[in-house]
Order: sequence, then structure tokens, then C-alpha cells
Amino acid sequence: MSKGNEIDDLISREYEAGFVTQVESDTLPPGLNEEVIRIISGKKNEPEWMLEWRLEAYRKWQQMDIPRWAQMPHPEVDFNAISYYSSPKSKKNGPKSLDEVDPEVLATFEKLGIPLHERGKLAGVAVDAVFDSVSIGTTYKEELAKAGVIFCPISEAIKDHPELVRKYLGSVVPQQDNFYAALNSAVFSDGSFVYIPKNTRCPMELSTYFRINELNTGQFERTLIVADEGSHVSYLEGCTAPMRDENQLHAAVVELVALGDAQIKYSTVQNWYPGDANGKGGIYNFVTKRGLCAGVNSKISWTQVETGSAITWKYPSVVLRGDNSVGEFYSVALTNNFQQADTGTKMIHLGKNTKSTIVSKGISAGRSQNSYRGLVRISPRADNARNHTQCDSLLIGDRCGAHTFPYIEAKNSDSIIEHEATTSKVSDDQLFLCRQRGIDEEKAVSMIVNGFCKEVFKELPMEFAVEAGKLLEVSLEGAVG
Amino acid sequence: MLIVKDLVAEVDGKTILNGISLTVKPGEVHAIMGPNGSGKSTLANVLAGRDGYEVKSGEVIFQGHNLLELAPEERAREGVFLAFQYPVEIPGVSNMQFLKASVDAIRKHRKLPELDAPAFMKMARDKCKDLKLNPDFLKRGVNEGFSGGEKKRNEILQMALLEPSLCLLDETDSGLDIDALQVAAEGVNALRDGKRGFVLVTHYQRLLNYIVPDYVHVLAGGRIVKSGGRELALELEEKGYSWIQ
Repeated sequence: MSKGNEIDDLISREYEAGFVTQVESDTLPPGLNEEVIRIISGKKNEPEWMLEWRLEAYRKWQQMDIPRWAQMPHPEVDFNAISYYSSPKSKKNGPKSLDEVDPEVLATFEKLGIPLHERGKLAGVAVDAVFDSVSIGTTYKEELAKAGVIFCPISEAIKDHPELVRKYLGSVVPQQDNFYAALNSAVFSDGSFVYIPKNTRCPMELSTYFRINELNTGQFERTLIVADEGSHVSYLEGCTAPMRDENQLHAAVVELVALGDAQIKYSTVQNWYPGDANGKGGIYNFVTKRGLCAGVNSKISWTQVETGSAITWKYPSVVLRGDNSVGEFYSVALTNNFQQADTGTKMIHLGKNTKSTIVSKGISAGRSQNSYRGLVRISPRADNARNHTQCDSLLIGDRCGAHTFPYIEAKNSDSIIEHEATTSKVSDDQLFLCRQRGIDEEKAVSMIVNGFCKEVFKELPMEFAVEAGKLLEVSLEGAVG
Repeated sequence: MLIVKDLVAEVDGKTILNGISLTVKPGEVHAIMGPNGSGKSTLANVLAGRDGYEVKSGEVIFQGHNLLELAPEERAREGVFLAFQYPVEIPGVSNMQFLKASVDAIRKHRKLPELDAPAFMKMARDKCKDLKLNPDFLKRGVNEGFSGGEKKRNEILQMALLEPSLCLLDETDSGLDIDALQVAAEGVNALRDGKRGFVLVTHYQRLLNYIVPDYVHVLAGGRIVKSGGRELALELEEKGYSWIQ
């Protein structure tokens, strides 16, 4: 009998979302300059102010440097080798209805388990589906409109609700916030816009599903969610991409604004193609996500399950400006093979009696590297602020790494900050206990890992919690070692 | 049901079992006693198929199967159950979820239909009652924050649910006070149905006051040096192990 290293030999299952859709597309040649930005803006029939905003961002971006502080060496991205716009051909400015969408594209979403008709598995969940650079359809629009909720592609919102977009776009993540946010501000293509009116509880879950299909294109989605006073919304995003040997860039910006007494719950199940077992290919995921608790008693909660991407660079944050506001961050980040993740959060306490909770669960397998990087900042006027951070790492096998970089800046002596961290391994004893009870090794590992992540999974909307558990199982294939 | 013949096993190149032979017939309770380091726990672990033990020679036949060729989970499904000396914790995995996965795997192997959740819950609750366990026990993480006694009772609960044909108990008495020991022993005795075989590994004869064995074997230096009936254990208690070596 060998030592407990058989965890390695379990069969590898393929990345299930890795297929390519054959669809004629309208793709810009690679490269980035002001002309490209004008074309993107033109294709979307944008008003002048939007184009100006993009160009301003582009000029700022040109002055900026690639951030290199994250714990993840990778080859330089050639920003001139990427195409910044690609859309399935059948339409120019977005289809008027799903009937106008290329059936191949619809079939893609069906295959991914995201039906775009208003029934079936996701009945009761409104979906905006983004394929490469365009939104191809949004479901339940009418029903949402009855409640006064706006849920549409951001390209549409720019035209139909310019007052809201102008007011809030860039208000949480300014154009020059960081290198990737500036790039996104210049070239963002599509994404979702949500507005929940005062004292309204959004009648259903909202979700956006992002799919990268075209080769050598980047996806630069932009999402903006505004919850007006006393409103409430739960939003979920999912993402997949085909298996390709080349790395592809994904640089998104998500901004959340919660006004007084409003609550936003934002959940992500990220399953971009992670590259193959030898570390070839995969998505480079550089994402800026930030929420602003602008009003008193507001609350923003981020929950993320990150299993995909070759590289994940992502710190969903909350700026707690309103007094008594609450920020939460629940994260599961799983890396296998040669994946690298540098992820965490920032909780910026500005208001009085503000409270934040951070629960981060990192799982490393194979030869992957998984880092938690988090900042808790208490400003001088944030009296009575509280933070609790729990940061756990689980190692599978002996060739992976887990790292923790907590930054704490407390400038108010009333504040209470707690940080707990643990690192553990899936032990041979745990595996043997399971196997001695008749449970095979693969099932045992997934059960142990799911148990480790339980605190985070219970924050996900129910139907997605089950999905997330399954996704972990698939992502762990071949991880045991 | 179990025939062990001239079993030799090593750990890290060191011979721990040096020619063990043992036959357990249905319904029999065999106690394996011996001083520390005599190989008692190794025997239980080798029979269950734990990694890290290398069988050099000998054979183990269990209900017609060559046990040594089977993976640990296959042995479990065939009906071999090991109650651990130090049960490990699996944080976040509820006892109920764990037991269901286990019962599912074993029933599947025995070609029995899968129990639905309500049927399983009822069965688990009933077994808890038999073992005087609070049913809240099922909701807690596997062994998570359990006291020593609770961990051992959890092992007996698993044994009762999985209905194995051969139970190996590794130092079940260690770390138990007398009350906990009695409850655990009652649980084991309740499973003595004249068909199920038991191998109890224990250092002290104390356990055998509550679970009365049919045979007692004394292990020393990786071999069975003396076998006898219930009275052998009492003699050992009186005279110590040095008498036998």
C-alpha cells in the first residue's frame, strides 16, 4: 500500500464549459488606440458624453503602470494583441428580442444551463446574458418594470437612463482607480445595469451570465447597480469561457451603490477556463469590484466562489461611508494545477458604528498558489467601528501554496478589529475515516472541502449553493494527492 | 468469517506483525490484548486497509474474499467496520451528511435501494435513541468539538447504522470514564446477534467486564503468544503482561 499520495491519481474530468460556438462574428482587429474607442462607442450609438468619458479614461490609462504587487508571476499581457470588441453578427445594436438572436448563441446558453426563456430551472431568476462584447438578451424585463426595477444591458441604460448612468458611473471606481479599471473605463463593452427604486424589494433574483467565445478577444464588462433608499436586491453573476491554449484577458469593473437603508447582496460564481493541467491557457481575470454604502444603515454583501481562471486578481471591497452601514465579504477561492489567485477584500470604514465581516476560505491543490490579501481601514472619524476577519486555508497535497497578507490600518482608538487565521491540510486520517465508512476517496475529498466552505456557501442563494458545491467537485478532479 | 494466516506486516521497514494467525467465526467475540507496542492496533489497521502498512506475507480471507486485495472502502462495503481509537474531526460536514453518504455507499454495494432523506433521518434518530444520544448529535460536524466519550459513541452509532458483519474495535475503552464505557459497551452488546463477529483490541481487561469475549489472545512481539477464554484476561490483570512474555 502506498502512502497517502494517491490523491493524485484520480481521473481528470474535462472543463465542462470549454466548447466553442461556431458563430459569425463582427470582431475588431487587435490593438488599442483612440480610433478603436471611437468605433466601440459608435457601434453602440453612444452619446457624446460617454465617448468623452471613455477617451478621458484611455488617456489616463496610457500614463499608468501595470500593478506588480500581487503574488502571481505571469507573462506580460500584450495589450495590442487583443481585440477589444467582438459581437455575434446577426445584429448591429443588440437584438430587439430573443427571436433575433443567432440560434447558435441561444444554444450556447442552453448548453451552459442558462435558459433564456422564462421557465425551467432558473424560472424566477431574471437573466442578462452577455456573449463576448454584447448583451444578447435580458429576461423578465416586463415583470421587473412593473416593480419599477430597471435591469438592462448597460449599453441600453446609457441611452435610456443617461441621468442615472452619468450620476453613478465611475462614482465608486473612478476611471484612474487602477490600471485595469482605467482600461475597462476606456473600452468596456457590455454588462448589466440595475436600478432599484426607493422602498422596493426587487421581486426576483437578478443575474448576469458572461460568456467569452471569440479567440484573442478580451472581455471588459461593466456592471452598475444602484439601490435607492430602503430598497433591496440580490444579484448573481456567472462566467465561463472555451478551452484554448492562449491566455485571454478579462478586466471587469463592478460598482455598487447602496443609499440609506438599502441592501445589496452580490454573489459570483466564477468559472472561467482555468488552463489545462500543465498550466497552458486560461483566463487572466483582473477585476475591480467595489461597493459604496453611501447612506445610513445601508448594507453591501459580497459572496464569491472563485474556481476558474489561470489568474485571479480581485478584491471586492466596501466603502462604509454611511453611519451604521455594514459590509460583508464571503469568499471561497479554489486553485488547482497551475492556477494562481490573489484575492481578498478592502473594508474602508468612514462612518460611525460601521461593521464589517470577512470570511475567506482558500483551497489550494496541485501546484497552485492561493493568496488572501485584505485591507481593513478605520478612519479617524469612524467611531465604534468593528471588523471581524476569519481567514482559513486548506492545502491538498504538498506542492501547492497558501499565503495571507492582511493589512490593518486603525486610526480610531474606539474600533475593534479581530483577525483569525488557520491553515490546515486534508489529512490522511480524515480520508481514511471516510473510506473506512465505504465512501470513495473522490467523494470524501469533495465532502471535506465542502465542509470547509460551508460558512460561505450558506450565504449563496439556495439554487446556486448546490451548483457551487458541484463546481468545487469538478474543479477538484485530479487534485487529490 | 475471518481467517488470518501467518500475517507479517511492516511499518517504515520495521516488522510489527510477525506471523499472526486468527480465526473468527460468526457470532464470536475475540479480544486481542497485549502490552503497548505489541502490534494490537496495527492488526486492526491492517485488516481495515489503512495506508502506511506493508503486508509482507500471509493471507486474510474474509467471507471468501482476499481482503488484502481490496481498497479500504471496498472492505467497508463488504462489511468490515473499524471503530477508531482516535476518531478525527471533519469540520463543517454534518454527522447526518456523513452518515448518509456512508449508508448510501454501502447500500449501493449491497444492491439495496437508496434510502430517501426522511427514511434515513428516522433510522438515524432511532439508533440515537437506542444509544442514549441526543439527536442534535446528528446535526453537529463529524466529531467536531465532541468529547472523548461522544466521539466513541459516535463510532458505535456508525457501527449500528452500517450493520457490518465484522466489527474491529481499536481501544474503544481508552479515554472513557466508567459511565461512558458502560454506554459504549451496551451499544456493542446490542449488536451481538449471534452472527456478527467482533475483534476487540484493548490494553486493559476492564472493557471485558462489560463486553464478555469468547476468546482472549495475548499479543507480544507481533505474535499471538497465548490464547484462552475469558479467564485469561483476568489472569493477565492479576499478573501483568511480563508473566506471559
